[in-house]
Amino acid sequence: MSEQTAAGGRPIIDVKGVWKRFGTVDVLKGIDLSIQKSEVTCIIGPSGSGKSTLLRCIAFLEEYSEGEIYIEGELLGFSLENGKRRRVSDAEVARVRRNVGFVFQQFNLWPHMTALENVAAPLRLARGIPREDAAKRARAMLDKVGLSARADAYPSQLSGGQQQRVGIARALAMEPHIMLFDEPTSALDPELVGEVLQVMRDLAREGMTMAVVTHEMGFAAQVADKVVFIDRGVIAVSGSPEQVFRDNDNPRLRQFLQNYFERNVFWQSGDETPADAPAL
Amino acid sequence: MFSIDVALKSLPLLLGASVWTIVYSLSSVAIGFCIGTLMCAAGLSQSPVLRGIAAFYVSFFRGVPLLVQLLLSYYCLPLIGINVPSSVAAVGTLALCTGAYIAEILRGGFLGIPAGLIEAARMVGLSRAQILTRIEVPMAVRFTLPSLVNETTMMVKASSLISVVGVLELTRLAQNIATSTFQPLEIYLTAGVIYFVINAAITFVGSLVERGFRAEKAA
Repeated sequence: MSEQTAAGGRPIIDVKGVWKRFGTVDVLKGIDLSIQKSEVTCIIGPSGSGKSTLLRCIAFLEEYSEGEIYIEGELLGFSLENGKRRRVSDAEVARVRRNVGFVFQQFNLWPHMTALENVAAPLRLARGIPREDAAKRARAMLDKVGLSARADAYPSQLSGGQQQRVGIARALAMEPHIMLFDEPTSALDPELVGEVLQVMRDLAREGMTMAVVTHEMGFAAQVADKVVFIDRGVIAVSGSPEQVFRDNDNPRLRQFLQNYFERNVFWQSGDETPADAPAL
Repeated sequence: MFSIDVALKSLPLLLGASVWTIVYSLSSVAIGFCIGTLMCAAGLSQSPVLRGIAAFYVSFFRGVPLLVQLLLSYYCLPLIGINVPSSVAAVGTLALCTGAYIAEILRGGFLGIPAGLIEAARMVGLSRAQILTRIEVPMAVRFTLPSLVNETTMMVKASSLISVVGVLELTRLAQNIATSTFQPLEIYLTAGVIYFVINAAITFVGSLVERGFRAEKAA
């Protein structure tokens, strides 16, 4: 493909017929998904449905068993020779996914480095940016997530929400073209979820391309351009938030949303919905 | 008759020789740490060949007495045409020996590193070597510091064995002085005190480093 078509409607991520097997268990069974530039895609589904596995395959943290994943037009993880696919080197994997940022459920900050170092070290090591410039850029990134005051704190001295914001800053510092979020708020105390979602909202507003595996239905409804419901390894429903949350009558999806809603309702008074009930 | 005088007179000479003890033991621990890290990484790698090499290395250098290893390197290296000063051969042997123990110590540390920390490093584009030196080794050292300090003190003491291959260090000099003055008790006691002080200092530095690491934990 030429560079001209790259600027056109080519998706940033193109997942084609992807299967993932762990031993004899099929976790993903033929996933097709494409993500366009500046699009926010929220991936929802019951636990064990394969949504996190899909995200990890897109980052090549898991090797997918079959199918193809293209990142900005380049096949990820494999080369095709005469229709046979061969695993490429780790360095080649790193090159193809260089513009992919990943945010983990467990933050995964390096505990022996300060917040600033967590953001600056990859800039120095992976991009060869001189120490001072890297520190400057890292400070700007921490500022962006509202944490410039905690630059010298170690991860253990930060709250979960703060750690996750550092995790986002670390990924953003590499200037990714797409950010993948793997249940970014699931490990957080409820009162800390908001600050992380706010950072993600701001990112979406700036036009960042994002794929978010989440249980935050309110976030998905407000921010997503596309919602994908994964069930038992297949994409059961996908569409706009309205199409998925309101209009679709897939029984598995209705059941999933019902469970979610019941778990979050703590006040019931006849047919009147309390003002602070979770937006669905 | 115990003579303080003899002990005091020999002290400057023994202190001079103890510098070599420190140089030989610390340099062999430093080299052994690099060997141990590589062997540990090899032992945990996917490749059966690398794992086999690491397993053989560790079992040989842990299974054969250090004294025998020193004698082997002293007599065998010239036979295969390698002529190096006996001090170099001795440090090399000490390093290979401690490397085997350090590999085993670090293994526990490596296995304790959450997989997600490595995944995070891969996702921001760190190379395999950078992940090893910037993430895995610093973390494994933090997990295993007390054992590593212990291994260092063991090597200070083990360095006394290289006296048998004619390398001048604290024990060798003590032997020389003892045989010429016929006052072995005073001389060896003095040497023993010097070893003790060296190891006390190493333990102290280890506790300072540990305290430094603790600053990274919750304040």
